[in-house]
Amino acid sequence: MKALRNYLNRIKPNFEPGGKLQAFQSVFDGFETFLYTPNTTSKSGVHIHDSLDSKRVMIMVVLALMPCLLFGMYNTGYQNWLAAGATEFPFWQLMLYGFLAVLPRIVVTYVVGLGIEFVVAQWRHEEIQEGFLVTGILIPLICPIETPLWMLAVATAFSVIFVKEVFGGTGYNVFNVALVTRAFLFFAYPAQMSGDKVFVSTNSICGLGYDLPDAFTGATPLGQIATFAGGKLELLNIQGNPISTWDAFLGLIPGSFGETSTLCILIGAAILLITGMASWRIMLSVIAGGLLMGWIANVFQTPTYPASFLSPVDQLLFGGFAFAAVFMATDPVTAARTGAGKYIYGLLVGVVAVLIRTYNNGYPEGAMLAVLLANALAPLIDYCVVQANVSRRMRRLKARA
Amino acid sequence: MRRTINLRKGLNLNLEGALPDNVSVVELMPDRVAIIPDDFPGFLPKVDVKEGDTVRAGQPLLHDKNDEDIKLVSPSSGTVEAVVRGARRKIERVVVKVSGNDSVTVDVAKGSSPEALRKLLKVSGLWAMMRRRPYDIIPMPDDNPRDIFVTAMDTAPLASSLYDMVKDNMSAVTAGVKVLASLTAGHIYIGVEQGASFPDVSGVEIVEFPHLHPAGNVGVQIANIAPVNKGEVVWTLDIVTLARIGELVTTGKIDCSTVIAETGSELKQPRLVKSLIGADLDSLLKTEIKDDGRHHRIIAGNVLTGVAEKPDGYLHFPYRQITVIPEGDDADEFMGWASMSPSKMSVNRSFLGHFLHRAFNPDARLNGGKRAMIMSGEYDKVFPMDILPEYLLKAIISKDIDQMEALGIYEVAPEDFALAEYVDPSKLELQKIVREGLDYLRGEV
Repeated sequence: MKALRNYLNRIKPNFEPGGKLQAFQSVFDGFETFLYTPNTTSKSGVHIHDSLDSKRVMIMVVLALMPCLLFGMYNTGYQNWLAAGATEFPFWQLMLYGFLAVLPRIVVTYVVGLGIEFVVAQWRHEEIQEGFLVTGILIPLICPIETPLWMLAVATAFSVIFVKEVFGGTGYNVFNVALVTRAFLFFAYPAQMSGDKVFVSTNSICGLGYDLPDAFTGATPLGQIATFAGGKLELLNIQGNPISTWDAFLGLIPGSFGETSTLCILIGAAILLITGMASWRIMLSVIAGGLLMGWIANVFQTPTYPASFLSPVDQLLFGGFAFAAVFMATDPVTAARTGAGKYIYGLLVGVVAVLIRTYNNGYPEGAMLAVLLANALAPLIDYCVVQANVSRRMRRLKARA
Repeated sequence: MRRTINLRKGLNLNLEGALPDNVSVVELMPDRVAIIPDDFPGFLPKVDVKEGDTVRAGQPLLHDKNDEDIKLVSPSSGTVEAVVRGARRKIERVVVKVSGNDSVTVDVAKGSSPEALRKLLKVSGLWAMMRRRPYDIIPMPDDNPRDIFVTAMDTAPLASSLYDMVKDNMSAVTAGVKVLASLTAGHIYIGVEQGASFPDVSGVEIVEFPHLHPAGNVGVQIANIAPVNKGEVVWTLDIVTLARIGELVTTGKIDCSTVIAETGSELKQPRLVKSLIGADLDSLLKTEIKDDGRHHRIIAGNVLTGVAEKPDGYLHFPYRQITVIPEGDDADEFMGWASMSPSKMSVNRSFLGHFLHRAFNPDARLNGGKRAMIMSGEYDKVFPMDILPEYLLKAIISKDIDQMEALGIYEVAPEDFALAEYVDPSKLELQKIVREGLDYLRGEV
């Protein structure tokens, strides 16, 4: 490790102002602080600081996403094998297939997103901020596996620039960057991004997996509901067999890459809550909101809105609801920041997600829009909570006068 | 009267270098003492002495330009060695070389009218040892405090018990209370530690708080007893200053002795020293610091609110503590953010050390880079006041006076934000922000 430190010390002058590589100062700085904790000591105020920093925060979130990522790889392979009618599912081949399928997507989002971050940091003469470490892994997880790479690149660039950097970078954005990427894809390329083509990987990769026929369709459960034509509602997997609640919980259903497995999302939630990186208030109230609205919809079930046939628990298991509750709604920058505000914010996300999903035929997934809507309203919610504190102070003043 | 307020928010930092139980007090006369005007916010210094002057203990060294009666006095007899000035001739400190044992006796027979007592406090230097809120500055001459709050507990990391320092001198506390009673029409509150068996004092409401930092901060006590409203003024002081006031009115002597806790992981043996206000650190620490080849940070005060000093620096008022910790600028830690080491101190449960009941040895590094506020609700966990710290800080940063007032800036002092600054993963300088906000507001209003 000493040799690395010495090497860094030796090349450092090149990156300082006046050095020949000064245009890469932020990049060098980013890598240096990544490798070695900076030796900067406190100049004012407290003399000791907690060991937690934003690098650790972001890494813990990435760690919490790992179960979903790994399961996503398996499920991508599994759906391909299943669609081809295979009866045996060799674990490592499935994993490798899924890995090869998702790798280019992760690489593209990171290269595009981090590239923009590096440029902006250098331009502003700031340290590189770690926010995109999480965003870059979230984007492939919430997009369908067959999303074309160029679309991913365009959408990522759009969100990083117009949702984050123009507002001032990590910590100042109003909307969740990963979700805006998803929304951008959804609204800019509706033909390619919805329906029943994109959620199952249909080609063999490096000789692994199967090439599926062009006529193949593999709709997600919520997609099936959206195109429901009457009769008895039964959700089927891509083989045409009914989906059990257990399959939905494990996540062996078609869907966006990392969002299908409620089990893995729960593992992620446990990591986030144990390490205190996400707010339990938000998670709890999103789920409460989802169950409440799911229950109301289920009580007033009608064939006009087929999603109302789903039980409240199914509402949590299908689609991106659980993923949004655990990883999207809890983003501290875009969520409500006051204690009481978090309950209201979470409830809003949960209720609106199921509301959109149920009462907007043809639009299968409400979680994304629900979180974005709540992002927009979060400052207002906080304003009300802050105002309550202010008026308590005013009342106190009047009481004494 | 006596009541208990149970605070749950807060954090006791468990650091290495604590005082041993039943520690005895070493008497130590410093070579030099210094009065540092910056330790008395709101005091505009004008020097009364020249280099080479002989001074007695209790003799004024400086006075306040706003009110010439408000003095800062010499803690010891001796000769004025230096009047140190910084940029733009700002007075940084007045240094007195200690010699002899000659002290001023104040004529206390002039009467006990409030005016006479105010004058007495001002000329004896004890006025400047009090603070007022709003603004956390020394009391203004025409202040009529609504209430006076005295704290008899120090919950800061590694601090020694404040009550122990006055335990044997409760008669002075009682006499001091009588003086305070003539300065306010309101109440006098003393905040004490639960289980400290602090005796009842007539004319005082005693409020017990748990030993959970920042419960010892007088600002936190005020917020939970009777918060400051716009337009109101309260005075604050600690129990040692109160005993000094009592001592002054009974004997006419200004007691400048103080018991200093020498603590921290880089000391050979933490100890209690009886010395003087403003004592020089060289005398106090001469052979006490470990020779372990590390860079040291010497803090006049505690690790949260104290002032970093050089080895030839001085003790700062109002601290009764010196903490020496490793500086840490000589550490090369590989990927510290990924560390699983149990010796990392944190409130966060992703660190193993959080679960271990052990003392830690942190250094002065920031442990990360400065960022925008990302995590929410972190400050609230260590902020036991009905204030939204994050929003107040944002109002201060944006210099929005209406918003600052509405969110309670009149109730706070920088020290109240010290723990929040410690836990902040974004490493923002909260105390500095608050001090600048208070100064800005005072200039504008």
